[in-house]
Amino acid sequence: MPKRSDLKKILIIGAGPIIISQGCEFDYSGTQACKALREEGFDVVLVNSNPATIMTDPEMAEATYIEPITPQFVEKIIAKERPDALLPTLGGQTGLNTAVALARMGVLEKYNVEMIGASISSINKAEDRDLFRQAMHKINLRIPESGIATTMEEVRVIAEQIGFPIIVRPSFTLGGTGGGVAYNKEDLDLMAKAGLDASLITQVMLEESVLGWKEYELEVMRDHNDNVVIICSIENLDPMGIHTGDSITVAPIQTLTDREYQKMRDASIAIIREIGVDTGGSNVQFAVNPANGEMIVVEMNPRVSRSSALASKATGFPIAKIAAKLAVGYTLDEIANDITGETLAAFEPTLDYCVVKIPRWTFEKFPETEDYLTTSMKSVGETMAIGRTFKEALQKGIRSLETGRHGLGADGKDHTDRFESPPTESEIIKKLATPNSQRLFYLREAMLAGIPMETIYERTMIDPWFLHQIRQIVDLEKKISICGSGKNISDELLLQAKSYGFSDIQLSHLTGRSVEEIHGRRTSAGIRPVYKLVDTCASEFKASTPYYYSTYETECEARISDRKKVMILGGGPNRIGQGIEFDYCCVHASFALREEGVESIMVNSNPETVSTDYDTSDKLYFEPLTQEDVLHIIEKEKPDGVIVQFGGQTPLNLAVPLYKAGVPILGTQPESIDRAEDRELFQSMLKKLKLVQPANGTATNIQGAAAVAEKIGYPVIVRPSYVLGGRAMKIVYNRPELENFTRIAIDASPGHPVLIDKFLEEAVELDVDAISDGTTTIIGGIMEHIEAAGIHSGDSACILPPANVDQEILKEIAAATKAMAKELNVIGLMNVQYAIKGNQLYVIEVNPRASRTVPFVSKATGVPLAKLATKVMLGKSLQDLGLAKEVIPLHVSVKEAVLPFDRFPDVDTLLGPEMKSTGEVMGIDRDFGSAFAKAQLGARQNLPVQGTVFISVHNHDKKLVLTVAEQFYHLGFRIMATHGTSRFLEENNIENVKINKVSIGRPHVVDAITNGEIQLIINTGAGDEPRNDGYLIRRAALKYSIPYTTTIAGAMAICKGITAMKKMEMTVKTIQEYHH
Amino acid sequence: MNRVKALIALEDGRTFPCTSFTGPGEASGEVVFNTSMSGYQEILTDPSYRGQMVTMTYPLIGNYGVNPEDEESDRIQVSAFLVKEYQEFPSNYRSTETLAGYLQKQGILGIENFDTRALTRHIRKAGAMRAVISTIDGNPDSLVEKARAIPGMAGQDLVKEVTTGKPYFWENGKRVWIDSGKPETGTNIWKSKGTRYSVVAFDFGIKYNILRCLEETGCEVLVVPATFSPDTIRSYQPDGIFLSNGPGDPEPLTDVIASVKSLIGCYPIFGICLGNQILGLALGGRTFKLKFGHRGGNQPVKNLKTGKVEITSQNHGFAVDTESMAGKNIELTHINLNDNTFEGFAHKEYPLFAVQYHPEASPGPHDAGYLFNDFREMMKKHRSV
Repeated sequence: MPKRSDLKKILIIGAGPIIISQGCEFDYSGTQACKALREEGFDVVLVNSNPATIMTDPEMAEATYIEPITPQFVEKIIAKERPDALLPTLGGQTGLNTAVALARMGVLEKYNVEMIGASISSINKAEDRDLFRQAMHKINLRIPESGIATTMEEVRVIAEQIGFPIIVRPSFTLGGTGGGVAYNKEDLDLMAKAGLDASLITQVMLEESVLGWKEYELEVMRDHNDNVVIICSIENLDPMGIHTGDSITVAPIQTLTDREYQKMRDASIAIIREIGVDTGGSNVQFAVNPANGEMIVVEMNPRVSRSSALASKATGFPIAKIAAKLAVGYTLDEIANDITGETLAAFEPTLDYCVVKIPRWTFEKFPETEDYLTTSMKSVGETMAIGRTFKEALQKGIRSLETGRHGLGADGKDHTDRFESPPTESEIIKKLATPNSQRLFYLREAMLAGIPMETIYERTMIDPWFLHQIRQIVDLEKKISICGSGKNISDELLLQAKSYGFSDIQLSHLTGRSVEEIHGRRTSAGIRPVYKLVDTCASEFKASTPYYYSTYETECEARISDRKKVMILGGGPNRIGQGIEFDYCCVHASFALREEGVESIMVNSNPETVSTDYDTSDKLYFEPLTQEDVLHIIEKEKPDGVIVQFGGQTPLNLAVPLYKAGVPILGTQPESIDRAEDRELFQSMLKKLKLVQPANGTATNIQGAAAVAEKIGYPVIVRPSYVLGGRAMKIVYNRPELENFTRIAIDASPGHPVLIDKFLEEAVELDVDAISDGTTTIIGGIMEHIEAAGIHSGDSACILPPANVDQEILKEIAAATKAMAKELNVIGLMNVQYAIKGNQLYVIEVNPRASRTVPFVSKATGVPLAKLATKVMLGKSLQDLGLAKEVIPLHVSVKEAVLPFDRFPDVDTLLGPEMKSTGEVMGIDRDFGSAFAKAQLGARQNLPVQGTVFISVHNHDKKLVLTVAEQFYHLGFRIMATHGTSRFLEENNIENVKINKVSIGRPHVVDAITNGEIQLIINTGAGDEPRNDGYLIRRAALKYSIPYTTTIAGAMAICKGITAMKKMEMTVKTIQEYHH
Repeated sequence: MNRVKALIALEDGRTFPCTSFTGPGEASGEVVFNTSMSGYQEILTDPSYRGQMVTMTYPLIGNYGVNPEDEESDRIQVSAFLVKEYQEFPSNYRSTETLAGYLQKQGILGIENFDTRALTRHIRKAGAMRAVISTIDGNPDSLVEKARAIPGMAGQDLVKEVTTGKPYFWENGKRVWIDSGKPETGTNIWKSKGTRYSVVAFDFGIKYNILRCLEETGCEVLVVPATFSPDTIRSYQPDGIFLSNGPGDPEPLTDVIASVKSLIGCYPIFGICLGNQILGLALGGRTFKLKFGHRGGNQPVKNLKTGKVEITSQNHGFAVDTESMAGKNIELTHINLNDNTFEGFAHKEYPLFAVQYHPEASPGPHDAGYLFNDFREMMKKHRSV
């Protein structure tokens, strides 16, 4: 059946900000869907609050709304656009939940909008645990014994019947928030309560524990002719009990016989039919008892998911694109398989390689949280690696993670290398039994320590097949190190090591030779990787799409063209501080190259991204972003240039080594990058340009640090140099704090100096993005931070154009930016962070590369900075490109950060100099208040228009809070305050209600929050003591979703936002209209 | 484990250095590839692979060991088994033995450690070809010579190597031999005449799972040798006749084709794979050798009657020429969506249908399992007439 002709306009709901469990995979699927629908001639209306997405680029849809994804706002869009249909299955759980809410509210009926892809009843059947259980019983599939509870009473009754351990799963949440494994009644009380709170329908399911069973996933697709195919099968290395998003997963399934696999396949087909997903993709998860093969169904997601993105990258089959086409009426046998070009989408991909996905965690950002993996997802990104063997893929995956490791150990970073003695056997065994982010390395330690494989299996419940694979890697490591100095290492052994995925760095450590020697030794023996194609069909058909991975085999399939070509290095796995924003820039680089007729070659290892879609670039190399792996590709492709300034820190770290290897770097040269990063070179440049930076110094011990602090004056920012992930940065106000923290900083990076900067209290911070062609520099955008200096720019809300900075200073900023761009010979993008205190402009930091704010600025101003920068790097001038001056929009854009604290139960939510946010949203409107309110709503801060504001502030914030309190009072809010703040407000004639601090006695403020008596919280504090009042208040706010701010500046902005919300009905407007 | 250096030599002169994981040996045959990611034990024991050396395109093989339940015949049928990386530590609760042990016990060469994708691509471009693998003779020239000396698949009768020597009943998932040695004639041979559908199955290299499926569908199955007398079959008055899968080229099977021709129209007939080709030839059609065949578990087949797509398990090097079946009073019922080749037909007048692919799966998807029910319904209808 051909496509439907009765539909013209289709609404797609995006997934909103990047949060844990909902990452940039939904930009990938949404972008694919937009492209597929427009290709078919449909008008696409899109809503997504996340500006750092490709899907919100104005070219991707007819009408793009960067507006909050709430039923209220989407209703406004529907009323304005009157789409014929809504496709709800591409925007993750957010998209699905919003669509369900719209249907329940009667909006879809009112405006006659048809839901395509999945119906409300099928969504309910899959999402509501009770309905799902009934559906599974109907088709004779077993699901774990379970019961649904909506009260704590019911929880206790059901728990009696099931027996411990019990899995607690809240209904209708993201990624299992609030879920967990309860081993006793106490655990159960805590988890069930949290689960009921987290559930949108106050419902939890208590479930028989199948901990330790093997876990599997199948990606299924169905068309409206009832054709069903399995796109990919996935086996989790980690057993049940660890969230799939936190599991290392492998495609295809490894340890099932065909008989068992077909049983699972039959079950998935029966499930997609019974649930009634009319068209599109679904993900079905199974658990299998390793002892007898008993199979149970764990869950089903009636939409594209993180796993479907992975499956698309693992197989080459674009699930989201096909899902979009199926939704508008096509059947699988009417859609071509792009990869082969000669076959159809009605088939099941078959792999002739092994794919390993490894999650990327950032526990180091949340030291209060134990590094422990459970049924609640905690990873912030993932990497995927492809190899001809599991061992090769696993080691490639580990080095793709960019955690400083170069493979499964033996890379100079092992416990055994870092400490005097290796971990004891009991330590290892304990770590094996408590799954954590370092578990692969503990498996290695266990094997090196001679712990029997049976014991390792019993502790980890990782299938012995995987354990033996790891064992083979460890055995080979031992064999290589026995070869001693490496002089005796045979070609055969060297080749085997490379085909087991060992990097030259590991081989260097094992043989005591330098990396260069290893490289030379093996290239002279002809041991080089070849590139094979991901072709969906195991080479049964010729593939036309150049999607490659490296492996140590004999035949290379890379097709090298003689066109002019440029390689783009991507950003690797998402992590806090380096996420989708950089992928956005890389994708734009690729688009720009295409526009300029230059062949684009993308290198990246992140399966969630648009950059790793096979049709984004002319060629895709799915490879780790390490020096060795990238140089191999360069040797093969010999690109005319490499772009390193778009992928964040990852490619930047490679700039110097690549440059030294003679690789042409496009745009700003590595010396300039170095000059901006090296403290001394940077200081001398500022001096030369007569620019000022905050007073600073370095110290190697506590006395020295104290001397520096005394000289420049408290407060100061203390941070260690050369640490991973920008860890351990802190503002200290006095000597005891300084001593304490300097000790930590010295420990964090032994042997390196501690950096001490003057902290500019209450300074206004600004972020500037600029573009330069080497002669002309143009400001892309100036953003004023809403929070005062001291909060990481990535966590700070900001506004463009600035609202509270006077023209003279703005001119000064532009001049300083241009001077630095010139001095650093910037060609491409540059980001500068400034602070203003009094009337003095301070330069905080300069980065001659694309920054996190580039997509936001581009969306706010309509200037595609990354694309222009790419063209500038190819030699065009800004004048050629038609960019003559800074674009200062008449509307206001606000960026707000989205924080992952709900995933980390014990972490304080106070913001500081260390970045903690996972994503961002944008609010855009005529005035600041409305734009800010939209940003807050987009970030799921439900700003109230009436009720009670609770105020409790740090002593040095008291004076400032007065204006805020007054304004809220005038807006009709009741003010509630703790004793000190209350007295202060009273003294200043602001009527308020007094409430106890938690430490004083009950009823106290947390009781009031729990009872729903507080609608907004303003609470500032230093956050030093983890269990103080402020901490308890902030955690309670988080738990009950009460909007809160931990800064006075934030409170003022909220006040303006609420004023706007009260004043008028907020309207929606497309990006296309804004930049008309 | 017993690893020895080995060499693969193809008839066109290309060689691949590799390793045997089953100790020394030499093997020859037509080298083909299979794209299934699971089901290696079923593939090894599928008689349709007689005379062939099978390369698995999925690189990791041996993962779940072998077990006594997943056999498709009483022995390994392939002449050698080629993989990228043999897995010596299987993990599965049903596993009773390693793959290497299984191959070694039956004297079949297991080969690993070479670029199986390069070999597959070569076959895709140049076609399936004869080859020799040896751990003994390391001389490429002499091996290539040997490869060229092997008889080709076309024109060879391989069925005689795999068909049963004497008839047997398939009962409760097992073979039950008919003791007397000489088969009796007449309807007394059936134990459940009337309660179950009595089916005579020609064994051209039949897979056990076909027998399991027929039994599950309610049939009492008597398996007879390929050259079994049609007259004797007539004396049994079966409800239906089944024509099995089998190895190689159907054309040289002239006696079999003649027997089948004599039975057409008399009894409901269902054919699978080689059975389909034999029916095609018996009805006056032609068959031809595919360049490199269809072997895998992901082949899309369109059912032209329902318009639906089935993902099917396939294993064939020859196919019925669609054009040659024009004017033969048949309806083309199934086609392959990858290359539009002939995948199944039904006769417009006689109770007869056949498919080129494997509805019994094993290994592979169960999408086409309905065909066994169709066969039962056809017998039911014919019975009532």
